[in-house]
Amino acid sequence: MRLSGHSKKNSKENITGYILILPWLFGFLLLYLVPMFSSVYYSFTNYNLLNEPRFIGLDNYKRMFFNDPTFWKSLGVTIYYVFALVPLRLIFALFIAMLLNTKMKFMGVYRAAYYIPSIVGGSVAVSIVWRQIFGNKGVIMSLLELIGIHQEVSFIGNPSTAIWTIILLGVWQFGSSMLIFLAALKQISESLYESAMIDGANGWQKFTRITLPMLTPIIFFNLVLQTINGFRAFTESFIVTQGGPLDSTLLYVLYLYRRAFTYFDMGYSCALAWVLVGIIALLTLLIFKSQTVWVYYESKEER
Amino acid sequence: MSKARKSNKLKPVLFHIFAISLGFFMVYPLLWTLASSFKHNSEIFINSYSLIPKKWAVAENYTTGWKGISGITFGNFLLNSFIVAAVGTVGGVLCSMLAAYAFSRIKFIGRNFWFMCVMMTLMIPNQVMIVPQYIIFKRLDLINKLQSLIVPWFFGSAFFIFLMVQFIRGIPKELDEAATIDGCGKLGIFFKVILPLLTPAIATCTIFSFYWIWQDFFQPLIFMSKPKYFTVSLALNMYLDPNSFSNYGALFAMSVVSLLPVIILFIMFQKYLVEGIATTGLKG
Repeated sequence: MRLSGHSKKNSKENITGYILILPWLFGFLLLYLVPMFSSVYYSFTNYNLLNEPRFIGLDNYKRMFFNDPTFWKSLGVTIYYVFALVPLRLIFALFIAMLLNTKMKFMGVYRAAYYIPSIVGGSVAVSIVWRQIFGNKGVIMSLLELIGIHQEVSFIGNPSTAIWTIILLGVWQFGSSMLIFLAALKQISESLYESAMIDGANGWQKFTRITLPMLTPIIFFNLVLQTINGFRAFTESFIVTQGGPLDSTLLYVLYLYRRAFTYFDMGYSCALAWVLVGIIALLTLLIFKSQTVWVYYESKEER
Repeated sequence: MSKARKSNKLKPVLFHIFAISLGFFMVYPLLWTLASSFKHNSEIFINSYSLIPKKWAVAENYTTGWKGISGITFGNFLLNSFIVAAVGTVGGVLCSMLAAYAFSRIKFIGRNFWFMCVMMTLMIPNQVMIVPQYIIFKRLDLINKLQSLIVPWFFGSAFFIFLMVQFIRGIPKELDEAATIDGCGKLGIFFKVILPLLTPAIATCTIFSFYWIWQDFFQPLIFMSKPKYFTVSLALNMYLDPNSFSNYGALFAMSVVSLLPVIILFIMFQKYLVEGIATTGLKG
């Protein structure tokens, strides 16, 4: 009797649960699961949208690794971009958050001003503006002219500096990381700093022994998410630099986009997509593995 | 004594000098956009850094930009973006909300598995799915229809589900139990207990959703080829093409128009954005 009552309640919960997640489930099937499986299949085919996909085994992957220098170029560019952008943005965000973590006037205004770039930074409008700022006869060029430096080629036109213009665009959007750090800094108990002061610790020691360890879980979480996000960057390199000059800013997703929608090389671009998933998974795994070394969890220490 | 007092006074001054200069660098590109939208076309590439136009052309820039290309006005692009962002946001937030409630409060078979799937979609970049999605949408005849931009957002997104699950987990279970004693079922609890407390999280999700859809460039670029269905992002990209449109003043004028809703929402709902980011620790 009790058992049947229990299972009745369970089955009712099952039905309610599935009704509630049904819309999401439908979207998941249509937008993730089906595309995922078909994408695996296409990655083993030659498919240009016009003809039926033709199975070619591992040829796409072989071509990518052994016969496509542009793939290696774009991979290198993307890794350079992510590895420069993410640490710089996090360090900058932490630095500013520490500065703002005091009681001063106009704090709300500053916070808002630093946060606005994060809100608008991904838009096409801002990318267009960035192009004009760093491009030919742009803001930077005219400013350098003002102090007597004549720039022959703009930062965007120069293959060795172009990537830095879009890295800077990313660092400029440090605001949301800053807000996260600010919230986390407020959580650190004052008593820790007080006892450190009694022990005679100086400012730097307080930072490295208390602030930084207490923030590591947050840093870890942001490192994971921003690394993933870094690999997704597209608008920047599409609008600001158009991948050039000499493919020096050809981010991976832009290359994938061109393969798919300029050359209609659908099978090959699916293979490109899966290699990207592999790289992101590998990096995420590495960051997760590394956390035992540098991430500090309070509860673990108490045990 | 006097030395200490001096440094105490000096410190805030130094702080504000630094904070204001950094603030200027942060908002300079936006001020520059606004200034350039006022400048005459001939002036944009001369002393480009200047924020003060010498030759004003406000009306000219904004009307030329608004006129658009071959009879399709910028108003048309704005309307497309509004429709997509509004429908996508309403659907996305509602579906995410329901799923989040189920994941955090209802024990159904397979709950952990499906939640793992949610987290997985958070990790997989959407760009990876774009080719098969394009093929599916082509088969469903959604290409060059606004639906193709709405559907990817409409059924909820991992980020919002995660954010609201975190939020609901913070609501004491005793409230649910009290409501059960009062005779509420699972849906009653949702409407009477959870929903009223969830409003800050809903606000955060709504604003972020609107932002992301409004500024999305990748999906419109792939799904839309007819200018009639272009969103604001695509329209700006089209204006950038020297073959179809080469009026920088007008380009910046419409850039300002495209950023305006974003900035206005920011000023109105700053609180929810800041809190949403701070409590979840997720980047927006």
